Amino acid sequence: MPGSVKIVVRPESSASYVRAITKGLGITLKHLLEPNKATQQYPDEKWDLSPRLRGTHRMATHEDGRAKCVGCGLCPTVCPVNCIKLIPAEDENGERYAAVYEIDEFRCIFCGFCQEVCPVEAIHLGVHYENAEYSRERWVYDLERLTGLDHPFTALWDPFDPASE
Amino acid sequence: MEPMTGTAFVVATTLKILVFFVLLLVFVALSTYFERKVAGFIQDRSGPNRVGPLGLLQVMADGLKFILKEEVEPGAANKKFFFLAPVLGLVPATVLFAVLPFASPAPTRWGLMEMIVADVPVGFLYVLAIASLGVYGIVMAGWASNSKYSFLGGLRGSAQMVSYEVALAMSLVPVLMLVGNVQMPEIVSAQQNFAAGPAEYGAWFFLPLMVTAFVFLVSGLAETGRVPFDMAEAEGELVGGFHTEYSSMKFGMFFLGEYAHLITTAALITVFFLGGWDIPFWQGDNIRVLADGTVIGEPTWWKTLLTFGSFAVKTLLLVLFFMWLRWTIPRFRYDQLMDLGWKVLIPLMMVYIIIMGLAMYLLDEAGIPVGWQYSGALIVLNLIMMGILIWGLDRGTIVKGATSRTRRRAGGIRGRITPSAPSEVD
Repeated sequence: MPGSVKIVVRPESSASYVRAITKGLGITLKHLLEPNKATQQYPDEKWDLSPRLRGTHRMATHEDGRAKCVGCGLCPTVCPVNCIKLIPAEDENGERYAAVYEIDEFRCIFCGFCQEVCPVEAIHLGVHYENAEYSRERWVYDLERLTGLDHPFTALWDPFDPASE
Repeated sequence: MEPMTGTAFVVATTLKILVFFVLLLVFVALSTYFERKVAGFIQDRSGPNRVGPLGLLQVMADGLKFILKEEVEPGAANKKFFFLAPVLGLVPATVLFAVLPFASPAPTRWGLMEMIVADVPVGFLYVLAIASLGVYGIVMAGWASNSKYSFLGGLRGSAQMVSYEVALAMSLVPVLMLVGNVQMPEIVSAQQNFAAGPAEYGAWFFLPLMVTAFVFLVSGLAETGRVPFDMAEAEGELVGGFHTEYSSMKFGMFFLGEYAHLITTAALITVFFLGGWDIPFWQGDNIRVLADGTVIGEPTWWKTLLTFGSFAVKTLLLVLFFMWLRWTIPRFRYDQLMDLGWKVLIPLMMVYIIIMGLAMYLLDEAGIPVGWQYSGALIVLNLIMMGILIWGLDRGTIVKGATSRTRRRAGGIRGRITPSAPSEVD
């Protein structure tokens, strides 16, 4: 059985258009006279980003330009969306390095686990978000590209200083 | 100085047509930019500001885009009328300008050049005739597209325009009663303060004819088919209304037509109620060419430019007002629209014409000459009537919201609709 529908009945005295239109015109005039309060002229004016913003990855390097990654395999293991591809290798001195290191930024959810888990502080997320590309292939960042980036690293949350003071 | 004749007249008229047509199109293009800026500011945005300085070249970018877009033509459309409709949407709005005086007469070596493209003796009738043609574009577009939405939009648009046409025409009758002539320059000169002459009301007609100016404003707005009277388009209900099936420059023509209509309506209000090209509080611009060729006042070029500026400023302020109104209030419901047209404006104008005729007759009988006392009496009368009109509209008993009607329908049960048994529902 259909129930009764409650309808709010306006009294006839307030069903007027005249007062409503006058009031509305006043409101819009107020906005018209002090324009453009909300718009940020984006490409010219950018956001002030938090140092803890988790954006595009970046690989830290030694002074000689080699990537710090030792190919331990923790980041592809911890990655919840499986977007890191790592093939480790060993050089003649017995030092391990990443022969192939690729991050699919398209698949990444920017959780930051890879940065947290990295024992040598090699892979970092960065304070950077403008990474539009013309093709999907360009979204897979290889090691060369990751080391070549120069935006600031994401600051990790410090449990002993929770408010970042 | 004699008015122009012969070859000089033909050349001058051709020049006026060219200059004014180009000027109108430029203003139409700029008003699309202007509208987007106004809309942006009202909604706390900045409007177009990327293309060119302050975004002024946005108009060009839009035009270019319209031309480059693919033209889709529905397979079931009636091709001939489908092509004809956008033309019919744009042309009436532009040719209406032919009879509008837009500046004071200018002296030239070949005689006095009147700043009006065609000073036809039936100027007022021409305005009404051409303004009614605007509906053909909409009806034709709606019918020829062979689409339900277009059809409904065209149907609604035509019903709306036809009904508001009546109120529009009737609201011009009191103007004619005051002027006693249908020629447009006469209507303008009757609103100036003449030292001598048959008509010297000393006031723009929106004062002694306040009610009719209000009605003309409302029905003129309905004629342009913009929010709050954009029944023919009604994006929320009818996709795009009559131009749903149009794309590319054909849609652009409708778009331009809408803005040309807007400017035309603003110019008409300027001529009929805001003194045309008259500059207020200044008697130097009281220039007039009588029917026998004699000229009152001293026409000069700089006066022509000044008066044109006055005309343009008044028109643009009205355009701004229309835009302001558009971005303030939502669309009326269709039955409210029809109620306002048929139950308020048309009876109001009938009564108003009778009252004004009576008032003018009584004033004439009392021996009051046409002057400030005459128009003062009319202003007082109009203020009273305007007050009654606003009071009546404000009570909301004529044009009311949907919810205030249910009380009557529900048989006195306030705030409830009695549930109907399934058998009654069918």
